[in-house]
Amino acid sequence: MDIHEYQAKEILSEYGVRVPEGVLADSPRRAVNAFDQLGTKNCMVKAQIHSGARGKAGGVRLCKTDDEVSLACEELLGSRLVTHQTGPQGKLVEKLYIEEGLQIAKEIYLAFVMDRAKQRIVLVASKEGGTEIEELAAEKPDAIIRIEVDPAVGLTYFQARELAFSLSIDPSIIKYAVKTFMGCYKAMIELDANMVEINPLIITTDNVLMALDAKIGFDDNALFRHPEIAELRDTSQEDPRETAASEHDLSYIGLDGSIGCMINGAGLAMATMDMITQRGGQPANFLDIGGGASPERVAKAFELVLQDDSVKAMLVNIYAGINRCDWIAEGVVKALSKMELKVPLIVRLSGTNVEEGKKIITDSKLPIIMADTLADAAEQAVQAAQAKS
Amino acid sequence: MSILLNEKTKVIVQGITGRIGTFHAQEMLDYGTNVVGGVTPGKGGSTHLNLPVFNTVKDAVENTGAEASIVFVPAAGAADGIMEAADSGIKYCVSITDGIPAQDMIQVKRYMLRYKKEDKMILTGPNCAGTITPGKAMLGIMPGHIYIPGNVGLIGRSGTLGYEAASQMKAEGVGITTSVGIGGDPINGSSFKDILELFEEDAETKGVMLIGEIGGPQEAEAASFVKENMTKPVVAFIAGLSAPKGRRMGHAGAIISGKGDSAAEKAEMLKEAGIVVAPNPSELGSTMKKVMSKT
Repeated sequence: MDIHEYQAKEILSEYGVRVPEGVLADSPRRAVNAFDQLGTKNCMVKAQIHSGARGKAGGVRLCKTDDEVSLACEELLGSRLVTHQTGPQGKLVEKLYIEEGLQIAKEIYLAFVMDRAKQRIVLVASKEGGTEIEELAAEKPDAIIRIEVDPAVGLTYFQARELAFSLSIDPSIIKYAVKTFMGCYKAMIELDANMVEINPLIITTDNVLMALDAKIGFDDNALFRHPEIAELRDTSQEDPRETAASEHDLSYIGLDGSIGCMINGAGLAMATMDMITQRGGQPANFLDIGGGASPERVAKAFELVLQDDSVKAMLVNIYAGINRCDWIAEGVVKALSKMELKVPLIVRLSGTNVEEGKKIITDSKLPIIMADTLADAAEQAVQAAQAKS
Repeated sequence: MSILLNEKTKVIVQGITGRIGTFHAQEMLDYGTNVVGGVTPGKGGSTHLNLPVFNTVKDAVENTGAEASIVFVPAAGAADGIMEAADSGIKYCVSITDGIPAQDMIQVKRYMLRYKKEDKMILTGPNCAGTITPGKAMLGIMPGHIYIPGNVGLIGRSGTLGYEAASQMKAEGVGITTSVGIGGDPINGSSFKDILELFEEDAETKGVMLIGEIGGPQEAEAASFVKENMTKPVVAFIAGLSAPKGRRMGHAGAIISGKGDSAAEKAEMLKEAGIVVAPNPSELGSTMKKVMSKT
């Protein structure tokens, strides 16, 4: 789960990380008030969306006057900001963070990430902050410092000190740097984050170390033990189809194609999408109904896929292990008793109780196209979608 | 021969009295697995499915001589259950549970470093369908009948795509020595490389099918292991060619977040290592058959 910059800064400041003064605003008038409240010569107006690279996309503006603040707010609020991370549909800007303007002497990159190769948390840092880490890794891989954290001991003070010195931080503020690194690590562990990134961590011209930006990603699997973090979720940043799916604990991802998919298992779901793509079609969604899905759950998932107007054909592909084909079939029939089927429906069932499942479909007399193999199912779905559009 | 599991392996079920534990313990017994008992804290001394139930894994190991365990403990306590197995002398553990916090798994991996190599438990999973040695024993939740005995080792991150592979292989008459699910989580017990090593050493296994997906470094690691150390042919497939960047595709570990994470890059790395990559997920069985007919 992602959160906004202002939320990440609030959290990190509780862990001893110094952040610039800032005020949240949701209207031009409030933003101008916030600027006055800050009392600085200039300010940054920062669009709060769940994406990085906001600056390049025009979502971060330097303003010197009330009029400039007001204008920036009018332009940004209610717009959809498109960054290279958001996809073409962009993300809705509902809130702005008005932050004091600062004189920057130095920009540092700092992040704690889950390193999947090392299978532990690794601290990644660089003197060359401000740019995206992927770019830096490609252009100047030697400029990146990596420090592995032993999970049994945690980040040690000597590691934090070593890092501060290798980043050429002025000795007079080393202790603040150490406090910042330790604080970020502590937040990562205590809140079950899978990423804490400060880019840039700045040193101002008057030698103060501060987090100019902040990003925290949380482990969805650990939200059950952090209800206060789960509350920070902002559904305005999500695809509405995904928000609806999450209410039923369904793993759904909206895509741009025309073939609706309902599949069990993440790997099979991806493989089915791949098969559709290879046959010249485009999936409208990823949907994994999970294991042991009841007919009610299947019906819910089915309805959800068909609610998407861009769906021109639907493909159900089930390889039942702990699922049951008869429950899947029941769920599909149940959903279709309540809604009209406007697009061709292709169903492929395999595994547990497959014969019972197929019988339910046949007995329903619904115009359902049955397929035997993955390739056959994808082929039929692609043809049906092309005929429809 | 097989790897990790055969008809003699004494198995205990952690969480045997729960709904899910009960169901799958019975399925494993029906398949012929040598299930010798179960563990549910507080229910020690009772019997369940005609098997003795113990309070702790240590009690179970002492009384039954169990060597392997399958953990059906819910996500919040699953990591603890795995560490308990490791500390009780279990040699092989399968963790089925989906949704274990990643930092819990980091703790598990760190905890297991305390054991010498010869005492160290092998863990596969979490978030997997388990392991099956067809015709002999099943330590998992898969439909056992889709696997036929044979000489191909199967390893995969996904449960249902593994079923798809096994059933396509069955349709082509290609049998399996052992099928191992390593799971869809970012921090897991065994990597592709760990299991490839076991298949390379296993005399009965003549070839391997590897089913990977987007996200993480384990396919790349497998590619270099195959190139440098494997004498047996390997066929692979990587799911997620059509997956968008930066989105978690169902599995906690299936996300393209950086260089080398995409399906296309992984397939390329595998090909460079001499691995035959199946052209699409409907040709897993036929590709494996073609490769095996040349050996």
